[in-house]
Amino acid sequence: MLKLIARRLLQMVIIMAVVSLILFLVFDSDKFKKQIATAELGGFSVAAMSDHDYQKWLKDKGLDVPVYERYAQWIGGLLQGDFGKSFEKDAPVSKVMGERLLNTGILAFWVFFLMIPLSLIFGIVAGMKEGSFQDRSVSFIAVFTTSIPEIATAILLTVIIALGLGWLPSKSAMTGGWNSLELVLPVLTLVLYDFGYVARMTRASMAEVMTSQYIRTAVLKGIPYARVIMRHALRNALIAPFTVIVLQLNWLLSGVVVVEVFFQYNGFGKMLLEAALFGDIYVVQAATLVAVFVAVLSQIISDVGYTFLNPRIRFS
Amino acid sequence: MTDTTMPAPRLSLTQRLKRPRALIVLSLLMVIPLIAYVMFGEPLARAGIREIVLIPAIPATLILYALAMASWRESWVAILGGTLVFFWVFVAVSVPFLPLLDPNKPIRPFAPPGTEVGDITFWLGTDLKGRDMLSRMLWGCQRVLVWGVTATAVAYVVGCIFGLIAGYISGIWDEIISFISNVLLSFPVMVLFILILNYLGPSGFNIVIAVTFASAPAIMRIVRGLALDNKTRDYVFAAQTRGEHPFRIMVVELLPNVRGPIIVDACLRLGYTTVAITTLTFLGLGLQPPDADWGLMIKEASNLMVWQFSYMLLIPALAVSSLILGFNLMADGLREMSLRD
Repeated sequence: MLKLIARRLLQMVIIMAVVSLILFLVFDSDKFKKQIATAELGGFSVAAMSDHDYQKWLKDKGLDVPVYERYAQWIGGLLQGDFGKSFEKDAPVSKVMGERLLNTGILAFWVFFLMIPLSLIFGIVAGMKEGSFQDRSVSFIAVFTTSIPEIATAILLTVIIALGLGWLPSKSAMTGGWNSLELVLPVLTLVLYDFGYVARMTRASMAEVMTSQYIRTAVLKGIPYARVIMRHALRNALIAPFTVIVLQLNWLLSGVVVVEVFFQYNGFGKMLLEAALFGDIYVVQAATLVAVFVAVLSQIISDVGYTFLNPRIRFS
Repeated sequence: MTDTTMPAPRLSLTQRLKRPRALIVLSLLMVIPLIAYVMFGEPLARAGIREIVLIPAIPATLILYALAMASWRESWVAILGGTLVFFWVFVAVSVPFLPLLDPNKPIRPFAPPGTEVGDITFWLGTDLKGRDMLSRMLWGCQRVLVWGVTATAVAYVVGCIFGLIAGYISGIWDEIISFISNVLLSFPVMVLFILILNYLGPSGFNIVIAVTFASAPAIMRIVRGLALDNKTRDYVFAAQTRGEHPFRIMVVELLPNVRGPIIVDACLRLGYTTVAITTLTFLGLGLQPPDADWGLMIKEASNLMVWQFSYMLLIPALAVSSLILGFNLMADGLREMSLRD
């Protein structure tokens, strides 16, 4: 087990090194340097700038140093916990990113808090009796809600709840300080979009367990049905959904850009998009590394958790 | 030995059309004119044949729809999904011939649905620049479908090539291809899209490249697994004994035999790609104005948070949802049917 984890972690470090090197090379192109200049000084003044002034500007920003030197410097800083400085915000990347990560963390927490019980209950109820009315209706609802893209769910909820009924604010920019009401619509959107997928996985896993021999034995032994479900079936049926739920972490961190942008919620994904459009190299670098790190880490957790929970794999 | 070759059994027209080759020809007849119409509109218009190109696609779409409905009778999910998808495809191929207003011509801004101006009725109203919503919605489906199908197709070609090489030839090639795809797969999809499109610049062709980078590794994994599984089957050994070239074995022997799971996955992936294109356009990284597109319509109206004008957001949202729902239901129905066989 430890060997497996160590190998995966090593793989992750290699992947992150490759990724950061590629990003550095990409952002070192003249096109991107011009993009940063344009974003900071405005297109007009960049066009009017003489070559000498442009070189001076590059020097001020520390962009005239060859790419390998900057990369070495950046790696050195990274080892000391320094992610570099944001060009756009003129602040350390770790501070900018910390705030955004916290916001996304709060969003993710509430999504998990609502989504996990909802999808597990729906999935278990559906999987208990395969092909029954409850199964078919849950499956249909699940296909339906996952088929509506996040952006469309966001629009439907905003139009009905915020614009039509006027119960909630339609934007979540939190301009007037923290406001929990503004969090409701993004959370609801993400829960509605995501719960169907997890519910379907739970349903499939539960349905498979219910056809197995030991459940039939338990039923034939005369154990009460509720007890069969709670004590015998659930233990095995919840292994597969566990791995799926852990993998949702990755999606919540960076896959929800569109919801964050639509509701103007200042989360991690929106920061990544803004930084990429600005050409804010160090922010993009740091954000990509965090995203890759979380993606690989959630995969490791789900794999290790799976082997840990499933004795058939653990002991073979 | 007597001659045992039987005369080929007579097939009715519908049966003959259901043969794979006829189906492929029909699908190509449906898709290629559409792609040509959208991507090479200007040279075609200069040659004066822009509308004519689409004419063969209309009967092809209708025949395919009839065939699909006839063979999917057992699954109402697939019927429902197929109907939604074919509705939008039919709209895409026939939209230049429909009596619609010009989708890019500003007439009267902020007209709510059902407004009558002179002898024109805006059934779905107009947007904030005064362009007819109905016409923009119907035209928008053309761009979404064409770029979605193209991007998925290119991703599939790339994914299948690498998957077959990794699975069938294996060895060092497998190691290299698997490492590259692992690196690409460790990127969250949205991050990859943002990075690639930001580097290449927003446009339809660059979306195709970005989708290929994001989807091809996953497709490659599927195809690789299927190829590994099928490599030890007798028909492959037979082909090897006949001395067939590895390339021929991969494309002619292996690929048609693993098509089942690939087709189901392609249906789902068409849905994802369509969502991705709409989303990217909304974020300003995708297709560019002024031509109508669902993501663009959402983007333009997204700052207008007023109940009275919410139809500008609702119409593209419902349109894209119905298309994705169609793809997903179709994939579900196909999977159900393939499991039953």
